[in-house]
Amino acid sequence: MEIIAEYGTVFIIIAIVFGLYMTWGIGANDVANVMGTSVGSGAITVTTAIIIAAIFEFAGAALAGGHVTQTIRKGIIDAGALEGTPEILILGMLASLLAAAIWLMVASWRGWPVSTTHSIVGAIVGFALAAIGLEAVDWQKISQIVASWVVSPVLGGMVSFALMISIRQLILNTPNPFAAAQRWGPIYIFLVGFIISLVTIFKGLKHLDIELSISASFGIAALFGLATAAIGYALIRRVKVDREADRDFHYASVERVFVPMMIFTACGMAFAHGSNDVANGVGPVVAVWGLVQSGGEVAQQSAVPLWILVGGGIGIVIGLWTYGYRVMRTVGTKITELTPTRGFCATMAAAVVVVLASRTGMPVSTTHIAVGGVIGVGMARGIGALDLRVIGGIIMSWITTLPIAGALSAFIYFILRMIFIG
Amino acid sequence: MAGNNPFTSLFGRSPFKPMQEHMRTVNQCAVETANLFEALCNGEQDQVKEVQQRIFKLESEADTIKNQLRAHLPKSLFMPVDRRDLLEVLDLQDEIADIAQDIAGLLVEREMQVMEGMQEPLMNLVRRCIDACELATRIIERLDELVETGFRGPESDAVILMVDQLNKTETDTDRLGLELARSLFAQEENMNPVSVMMWYDLISMIGQLADYAEKVGNRLRLMLAR
Repeated sequence: MEIIAEYGTVFIIIAIVFGLYMTWGIGANDVANVMGTSVGSGAITVTTAIIIAAIFEFAGAALAGGHVTQTIRKGIIDAGALEGTPEILILGMLASLLAAAIWLMVASWRGWPVSTTHSIVGAIVGFALAAIGLEAVDWQKISQIVASWVVSPVLGGMVSFALMISIRQLILNTPNPFAAAQRWGPIYIFLVGFIISLVTIFKGLKHLDIELSISASFGIAALFGLATAAIGYALIRRVKVDREADRDFHYASVERVFVPMMIFTACGMAFAHGSNDVANGVGPVVAVWGLVQSGGEVAQQSAVPLWILVGGGIGIVIGLWTYGYRVMRTVGTKITELTPTRGFCATMAAAVVVVLASRTGMPVSTTHIAVGGVIGVGMARGIGALDLRVIGGIIMSWITTLPIAGALSAFIYFILRMIFIG
Repeated sequence: MAGNNPFTSLFGRSPFKPMQEHMRTVNQCAVETANLFEALCNGEQDQVKEVQQRIFKLESEADTIKNQLRAHLPKSLFMPVDRRDLLEVLDLQDEIADIAQDIAGLLVEREMQVMEGMQEPLMNLVRRCIDACELATRIIERLDELVETGFRGPESDAVILMVDQLNKTETDTDRLGLELARSLFAQEENMNPVSVMMWYDLISMIGQLADYAEKVGNRLRLMLAR
């Protein structure tokens, strides 16, 4: 306990520095994957994507980042095992943050498709195993998290598959696809706005001291959906049939209807990413802050402070601005196979699944869900060629990320312990 | 770090654009055979040689496209159509170029005399076979739209109608081939027997242009039926 009293402020400062480093890494590493479908389909430019990402990543982090943060903060380590030695938990969280951030840097630099979520979870588990032992890890929670890593991309794929089929049935395979696209477009946009705002509002704004009844949540979400649909409607109406382009490719004009629609899914995706992934950076910071505040009370219950979420949001935005921008420029060269309709289905599915997962507190990998969304479109016979070797690469990245981040975290923990405890 | 981004590496090289490019090139080979036979009818052997060289060049272009396409179709690639179906269509397309090449080669290596009365049925057959190849090309051009619509719906129906039309065109060429053979046999007495045999072969080669165009269409019909 004396250690916390003596170094409390130092711990908080280190946690904030490491947390910013980690959130910076999240912004730099993930933004290309998050906005990849939108930019790759040619629907929005790299600059637009960056602006959308900055606004909605921040909003997602600040408004809906609380649930996953709680999981990262205290869902993985069994608090009971650390009763009486809170300083170990503080050092462990600091070590985990630094380890995950370093691994992320190395992997990004080497071009490996690692997940920020897997890095931080692996790091925390690694520290807990090394510092305390098997009993310190809440294995039930871990198995839930690992299951969510498998389930969420599959779910993303299934949703995008269903969306692709619905777009075919309602729009593409009709006598007048262009008119059908203009008619159904706003309804899809409504769904994007409605689902994302409903999931966010639904008991999700506790840390803002806003508590709404179920019907009020639905009402506000519906209003929000209608507002987005109205904006979408105005944008869609401005799209005109281009006969010249249609002669070459019959669905050229229909695809153009989906370009303004992509803006909404891009916003949704950035919001979803912010709400899910900010936790990877701020979860440990909140844990350290909470322990220092309570003077070492491990099992304390308190809400996630808004300022930490906001700080995390700022970290992500700085990351995407300073480094993610460059990655995006190279990735963002148009992926010809990703037309606006296909990009729309993949992005909408990914955004919805990520937001849903975040609400249940599951730290899922946004990148893997986005990949799942694209594969879902492919399974609906919608993409010319998908290289499924990527799935192998993703599985490889799991196998490497978890032990490496864990070992690195344990190593850093022992160094920190030598410094602070001796 | 972008090269290995999971997002960009997810997208393989789509085979459909190169398929269309290949079919266009193959079709050009077929179209050139009309010039070949026109030159033959006019007795311009120099012109025949020139066209032959053009066909050979186009055929080798088609081969390059075909080989590149094959090289970019690893087993791990997931496509809206079966990989084997696609490779089969590609081989059928390629046959058209090969046949055009064989015809051109033969006409250069052996001077074939166009007997009286054969000229018109010959050109009729050649033109109709080229019609079949053009139609097959237009069908292959619809692959973009088929991928967009998931090989279902009105787009698929439209392509099936085109294949029906292709079948009819091929039936025409069978009839025209027989007419040409008839005019050949009418001149049999006045010809060297080897020439008659060569002509008979040539007629079946010309007909094969349409046969393979039809096979391309039929193969696509099978893809749509699944």
